[in-house]
Amino acid sequence: MDFNSLTDLHQALKNKEISAQEVVKQTFAEIKEKEPKIAAFISLNEESSLKYAGEIDEKGDFSNFLTGIPIAIKDNIITNGITTTAASKILENFVPIYDATVVKKLKNAGAIVTGKSNMDEFAMGSSTETSAFKITKNAWDQTKVPGGSSGGSAAAVASRQVLGSLGTDTGGSIRQPAAFNGVVGLKPTYGAVSRWGVIAFASSLDQVGPITTNVEDNAHLLNAIAGHDEKDATSAKESYFSDYLEDLNKGVKNLKIGIIKDYLTEGVMPEVAESVKNAATILEKAGAKIEEVSLPNIKYAVPTYYIIASSEASTNLQRYDGIRYGYRTPNYHNLEELYVNTRTEGFGEEVKRRIMLGTFSLSTGFYEAYFKKAAQIRTLITNDFKRVFANYDLLIGPTTPTPAFGIGSKNDDPLQMYANDILTIPVNLAGLPAMSLPNGFVDGLPIGLQIIGKRFDEKTIYRLAKFYEDETKFYQQKPEIAR
Amino acid sequence: MNFETVIGLEVHVELKTKSKMFSPSPVDYGAEPNINTNIIDWAYPGVLPVPNRKAYSMGLMVATALHMKINRDSFFDRKNYVYPDNTKSYQITQNYFPLAHDGYIEVNVAGKTKKIGVEEIHVEEDAGKNTHEKNYSYVDLNRQGTPLIEIVSKPEMSSPEEAYQYLENLRKIVQFTGVSDVKMEEGSMRVDCNLSLRPYGADHLGTKAEIKNINSFNYAREALTFEQKRQAEALRRGEQIHLQTRRWDESTKSTILMRLKEGSSDYRFVPEPDIPPIHIDQNWIDEVKASMPESPKDRINRYTKDLSLSEYDANVLTQTKEMSDFFDQTVNLGADPKQTANYLMGDVSGYLNSEHLDLLDSKLTPENLADMIKMIKKGTISSKIAKKVLKATMESGVEVNSYVKENKLAQNSNAEELLPMVKELLDQNQKSVDDFKNGKDRAIKFLMGQIMKQTKGKANPQMVNQLILKEIKKR
Repeated sequence: MDFNSLTDLHQALKNKEISAQEVVKQTFAEIKEKEPKIAAFISLNEESSLKYAGEIDEKGDFSNFLTGIPIAIKDNIITNGITTTAASKILENFVPIYDATVVKKLKNAGAIVTGKSNMDEFAMGSSTETSAFKITKNAWDQTKVPGGSSGGSAAAVASRQVLGSLGTDTGGSIRQPAAFNGVVGLKPTYGAVSRWGVIAFASSLDQVGPITTNVEDNAHLLNAIAGHDEKDATSAKESYFSDYLEDLNKGVKNLKIGIIKDYLTEGVMPEVAESVKNAATILEKAGAKIEEVSLPNIKYAVPTYYIIASSEASTNLQRYDGIRYGYRTPNYHNLEELYVNTRTEGFGEEVKRRIMLGTFSLSTGFYEAYFKKAAQIRTLITNDFKRVFANYDLLIGPTTPTPAFGIGSKNDDPLQMYANDILTIPVNLAGLPAMSLPNGFVDGLPIGLQIIGKRFDEKTIYRLAKFYEDETKFYQQKPEIAR
Repeated sequence: MNFETVIGLEVHVELKTKSKMFSPSPVDYGAEPNINTNIIDWAYPGVLPVPNRKAYSMGLMVATALHMKINRDSFFDRKNYVYPDNTKSYQITQNYFPLAHDGYIEVNVAGKTKKIGVEEIHVEEDAGKNTHEKNYSYVDLNRQGTPLIEIVSKPEMSSPEEAYQYLENLRKIVQFTGVSDVKMEEGSMRVDCNLSLRPYGADHLGTKAEIKNINSFNYAREALTFEQKRQAEALRRGEQIHLQTRRWDESTKSTILMRLKEGSSDYRFVPEPDIPPIHIDQNWIDEVKASMPESPKDRINRYTKDLSLSEYDANVLTQTKEMSDFFDQTVNLGADPKQTANYLMGDVSGYLNSEHLDLLDSKLTPENLADMIKMIKKGTISSKIAKKVLKATMESGVEVNSYVKENKLAQNSNAEELLPMVKELLDQNQKSVDDFKNGKDRAIKFLMGQIMKQTKGKANPQMVNQLILKEIKKR
């Protein structure tokens, strides 16, 4: 594509240097060229995208930032009339009859839904390898995973098939693939973006967020999707929201930043830890105050997360029973067989593993020892953050312990796969906003700087990110496939 | 060996809201199957429940009426079980922190008043409905998501009669809050009974049987009486009672085993992550209290103190909210309270009973009843004529004033018209005048009868009586 950012594209559309139809044509040309190598999409929406672009051109009003701009949507976000599968066989041919609030908002803003991006099945995974349909490849090295679960959304942006996408983040599913693909991914504060129309994985942790090539684009996209929604009882009141671009260019002078020392130790590659320290030096030079902070309870985050997320998932996924929609087994003679065979044939291994784990954690006699204990530790972790945020504006650390790993390399060991989320999970447990921002390369693969903010203080995250991005210009480096 | 009976009741009450507990679909499940449903009721992927605040306020009303402690922060939970009429495969209910706890209901058995503890009230949603035919089963989701409250008693009732009273009083209290029709026959009130026996003085509860399929309070009493006897006989034979679910069978007047509960079923309750805790602040409680209709107890007080009705009348009038409301409306229209009470408890109730009608289903209106009572008071109609008028308006709803006019039922109370008639009569009946003066009171009855005959019964008897007495004195 001729453009590197949504901002560039918006300017060109506004100045009538290009029409929306040309943008859509170019986008699908890119997709056709790159998809065989990347496999970022489960379904594409070419025909109606072109039609819609035509209507936009006819109106000719490009004052709104997103008008005429192609956006990819993760396939666990409900799109009216476009197959939505959550990368599961159980929803293989499911065509919904409504739009998720975020999709509605994007459409109202004039954005064009070009396709549904690949993901781990029901967002359960860290590599997009649990998708029932295809394995997405890392934009920088096609032997590596793109991360997950929003691997398709991140790889599509990194390979410049589209310049913006939506992902969902339950335990790092936006930030980790953003880090692995060298793009900007933000998980908003829990309650900042409506979950209406987001196929639930773990309801108390799930949050939709934007993935873009740069920070400013990201704030624009968040502006479009955030806000109160009366259809989501967990959505925040209107008073929590303001313009995310507001503080973008304020620099980092006098920002108090904590560098999380627990994030730089065990299991974290020395080069990755080093990149965070380098970032700290840059920020300090620019006038930020940097100090080490500790979050002692995050060492329990991984088991806590896997109990809570799996417990919620085990009940959320019970509705896929073959009765009202989705896959139904042909092999049954009675209700019990209909249920059991539908779910046995419809769900993949990882999903089944988590349903089992969650069901076990909620069972009589185990609830107290597992779910309840996990909920208590969740409170301790939340309090750790609260305590630290009393004295700091932002926290920084790496997004992942390592750069992208090889496809197939962790499939035999779920625990090793789960451990990969250790640095992203605490944020979801505490409901905080956090971003992964490109922070250089290790062995030719991108790594991410994680910036964690206070609840509903995405603005300050964007402020630091914009400064750091301008300072380092990592975002200007593109993978081979996008050059 | 003699046993002590321990009874606990679980009562589901359907709340009369416009929309469902967690979706905007209308509550009306008499409609064509699945008409009143939407994607939330279908448990479509991606949908979310939003709690109905009005339903919660209704739950608060009942909690207040039952003297319960309100949980300032209550939570919803998921109760997991898989069945086609339960679309999400979990029911949203309240397990860990329900709406309210620790209240009571008074019962009065054999002259003794006893407080039966109410353990808790929780708010939840109803399931859909399955119907089974030869080769297919059908699911109707119209009822899915209808708001319910479950009122759980403590196991503190010791006889079927106490249970019966508890139910009667609970129904009455809930009815007076106006949040539900509380009709067993229509399913807006449902009762599950738990009964166990233990030796007198034992600390531990015996093993209970749960009885379902109870369609009336009488059945509840019968079922509990049967079950009490069944368990006692079993225990005396040395048998063990197993945890079980039974159902009342009306045709055989017995409880029948449905299933044994081998260990309790595991619903894997988990806090509902889609709904934040419901915080109830003082404002909300005040708002609910302000909107609470007057309780039966308060009404009885008002009737006896302000309206000078007898305790008995006040009690009868407050048996149902319908009757009490009807009484209040009639009195507010200017009718005499005592007369109103007499007519409602007498002629009106008699008519309703013989026609098997509810007050609100009859054609009688407070306006017509009030008009009629006012006419009697004014002397426009006699109480004898009033019976005819009342019957007519109850049967056809006819407007009382025009009915009296059209049928010329008004009494003649016009002294100027009646006096010449009296004078003429006395002139013609000197003997009767003499008799009366000689102390034969009967004579006046004869004279009155003559006037009534002449006026075809329309003359106001009191007035005629007075005129005759006055005229005789003059002679």
